[in-house]
Formats: sequence, C-alpha cells, structure tokens
Amino acid sequence: MAYKFDPNVRYAKTHDWVRVEDGLAVCGISDFAQHALSDVVYVELPEVGAGVSQGEVYTTVESVKAAEEVFAPVSGEIVAVNEALEDEPEMLNGDPYGAWIVKIQPSDLSQLDALMDAAAYEAFVAAEEAGGH
Amino acid sequence: MAEELKRTALYDEHVRLSGRMVPFAGWELPVQYDNTGPSVEHQTVRSAAGLFDIDHMGQVEVRGPDALAFLQRIQVSDVSDMAVLDARYSLMCYADGGIVDDIFIYRLGEQRWWVVVNASNRAKDVAWMQAQAHGFDLELEDLSDGVYMLALQGPKAQAILQKLTPADLAAMPFHTGLETTVAGVPAVLGATGYTGEYGYELFFPTEQAVSIWNTLLEAGKEEGLLPCGLAARDSLRFEPCLPLYGHEIDQVTDPFCARLGWAVSFNKGDFVGRDALLKIKLEGPVKLLVGFEMVDKGVPRPDQPVAVDGVVVGRVTTGMKSPTTGRFVGLAFVPPSHAKLGSAIDILIRDQPKKATVVKRPFYVAAYRRK
Repeated sequence: MAYKFDPNVRYAKTHDWVRVEDGLAVCGISDFAQHALSDVVYVELPEVGAGVSQGEVYTTVESVKAAEEVFAPVSGEIVAVNEALEDEPEMLNGDPYGAWIVKIQPSDLSQLDALMDAAAYEAFVAAEEAGGH
Repeated sequence: MAEELKRTALYDEHVRLSGRMVPFAGWELPVQYDNTGPSVEHQTVRSAAGLFDIDHMGQVEVRGPDALAFLQRIQVSDVSDMAVLDARYSLMCYADGGIVDDIFIYRLGEQRWWVVVNASNRAKDVAWMQAQAHGFDLELEDLSDGVYMLALQGPKAQAILQKLTPADLAAMPFHTGLETTVAGVPAVLGATGYTGEYGYELFFPTEQAVSIWNTLLEAGKEEGLLPCGLAARDSLRFEPCLPLYGHEIDQVTDPFCARLGWAVSFNKGDFVGRDALLKIKLEGPVKLLVGFEMVDKGVPRPDQPVAVDGVVVGRVTTGMKSPTTGRFVGLAFVPPSHAKLGSAIDILIRDQPKKATVVKRPFYVAAYRRK
C-alpha cells in the first residue's frame, strides 16, 4: 500500500502529525491512520481551552466500523478546533494533511525534536505493516 | 493460540481486488475493498448492484419421508404450506424460547429441503438439528463445504444475472428458489438477500467459485456492479433492521423480544420452544428491541449501555451513522416501559451519557416492502 508522507510535518508513533504555524502546533492524523480507520463518519471535537499532554488522548475519530483515539503529539492548550470536520468528517480521508483537527498552543516546542520526520515515519510504518500481518 | 482461520475459494480474488481481509466467524473475509470503501460499496448496492462472497454461510440438506415433519418440529414457522421452490425466513429456538439461529428455508422437492444457517452457528446448528432428528425417517447432510454461496444484491441485480441464466428472472417471485444454470454451471438461485434490496443468493459447486465470481463481475460492469465487503453488508442489513445473530438475536433472546414474533406459528402443532414462546407471547417479553436516534452528537456502537436516569436498563445491539440516511441511529434492547416511540433514553458512549430518542424502525424501507 502506498501512503502519502508529508515532509513538512513531524510524526508521533501514534500516527499523529504536527506542524508549527505562527507558533501554534497544528495537529492531525496521518494518511496511514486514515487508511487504517476507513471511511470517517464523525469527529468528536474537543473543547477549546482544554489542556493536553503529549501522548494523551485528546479526541476520538469514528469510522464506519470503529472508534479510534487520537493522541496529542505535543503538550499545551487547545486554542482552535477545525469545525469544518463537523459537517465533513470525510475530509480526514480525502486530505489527511490538510484536514487538521486542533491547534495547540505548545508549552514546550522542543517536544517536536523527539518526533519523527517523514523518512523515519515511513520506515516506522513499513516496519509496523511487516510486523502486523 | 488463535484458531486457524479458513479461507474461501475467492481469497486470492479478494486480495487482487484490494480486499482488506479480516477474521469473521472463523473465516478470513474482506471487510471492504480499499479501491472503493464501505460507503461507496453501500451506496452502490442501494443504487446499482453489489456482489458479496458469503460462502461462510452454511447449507444443510434435509431429505426423506419425514423431512416436513422434522422441519415443523425444529423451527417456528408453519412450512406445510410451502410449495416446491418456495423459500422462507424462520428461526430455530431452544425449549426455553431462546434463539438457536435464524435460518432461510428452501423447499427444493416434495421431500428435499435446504436450511441456510449462519457461519458462526454452523457447527452448533448441525449438531442441534442432529440431536432433534431421532425417530424421524430422514437424512441430514451438511453441504456447506461443497456448495459455494454468493449474494448479488441491488436494483440492477436482475438485469445482470439475466445475462447469465436461461431462467426467466422477471417471472421469479421474491422469496422463491429455482434450480437452473448460471454461466452454464448448475446452480440454485434464491430470490432473497440481506440488504433490503431485491437480489439473489446463488448456490453452486465450490470448484466454480472463481469462474462464477469473475463472470458476474464482468457481466455487471456496465451496470456498475462492485464487489462489496462485510462492512457494507452490515450497514445494508442494519438500515432495514434485518437481525444479525450475536447482536439482535442470540440464545438469551426470544423472537418476541427481537420483534420477530411474526415468524412464529402456534397453529401447526408442537415444536421445540412452543410452550415457552406461548407463555412469552401471553405474558409479554421482558425486553424489547427498539430503534433509536441520537439527539446529542455521537456514534452508537454495539454493546454500549442504555441508561435512563443514570441507571443502566439495556444495551445497544447495532449502531452507526446510517449511510443511506445520514442519521446516527441504532437498535437496542430496553425494558418495555421505555420502548414507546418518543421515549427518552441515554446511550453511554465511552461512559458519557448521550441523549437519544426511541424512533420508528426500520431506518430504510426494503425495496420489496414498499407499497
């Protein structure tokens, strides 16, 4: 399976991505993650103002078949949620790197250093796929 | 250690067509085809046609002088009025009224019948039928390994299948069977299905599976026929509220709870479960299957608790965003006191109470039930 890997984001092992825009951590799920989920039907958007810690569940994405937790790639405070996902949750399938879920005011941007770049994440996915079947 | 999964004869075809293979009832089957996905597959069956590998279903032949008397005994419907080639939905029940399985019965001859059973229940059903067969002059044969089963479903199913069979499909009433050929291969056709659309279930020798599968897909190209996976099969059966064993029905659920009391005939003499079922009918069921729609946002899922005033009173059997209607709906068992249309209930989604309302079933009126 050929997945898309965005060179402009950093990836967590939980298949979440993050990129920094205007000092904010913009977060979403990877192409691999949306593919594994299958057709997304609902995104439970979190509250603006909520605090999150790196690696903590901040929302749930529901596909046709299952509910999957989404993990924060960095710690901080949620300052924006992508309300367009309320009406068009399938954007997560069609444009996984454009369809962000939340923007986080990061408390420690150095947390990004421990995340993977696209090449490392591609290798991580390949290893996971090889082990998973 | 995990049980070894069985593969159908079409395994390689599914993989070639981008099928995402998952375990289901002991089999490895496509949950979806990645080239299309469950939503597209669902919509295609509603508007055109879909082809499903359902070889995991079992077929049991009952033949002999006592075949009719035996069938009257082991399932709840009065099948004495079935003519040769009639087909009918029914249930097998335990003595206490709990459901062994839901079945589809074909009368293929005066003394020859087929009972189609669920994959997950095949071994249990065959053993249970054999246990009831003592004293009846008949033979019981599990044909499942030698008989392949496909479902062709949707408004274009007839046009597609007609290209491959000499039988006059337009003259074939719904819920009947036919012994004919498909692409030159001897086959039994059933005008039935599990999607709420018109369509067919096809039975033929397992060796012909790859050939018939590919011939059907080719024949249906211009009508937009797609191979469809288990996810679409589940959402398609859910919308018209067709029950799934292990969800809406099981051994601790009786037909009246599950709103399948119409299948039970008390006027045909004794049958296994009759006394218990009559008592339930007279006293009223202790729980009832209801349809509900979410008021709060959220996707209901099987086994989520149903609560009223903070007290758990029931559970969800199936729930999803209905692909045809876009509604967030489900089926759940609740006490009769909360089964009235408009009743307010909470669905505990990840332990959070979300408001829902009891609404009318089905969520989609099956093509063959429209006036």
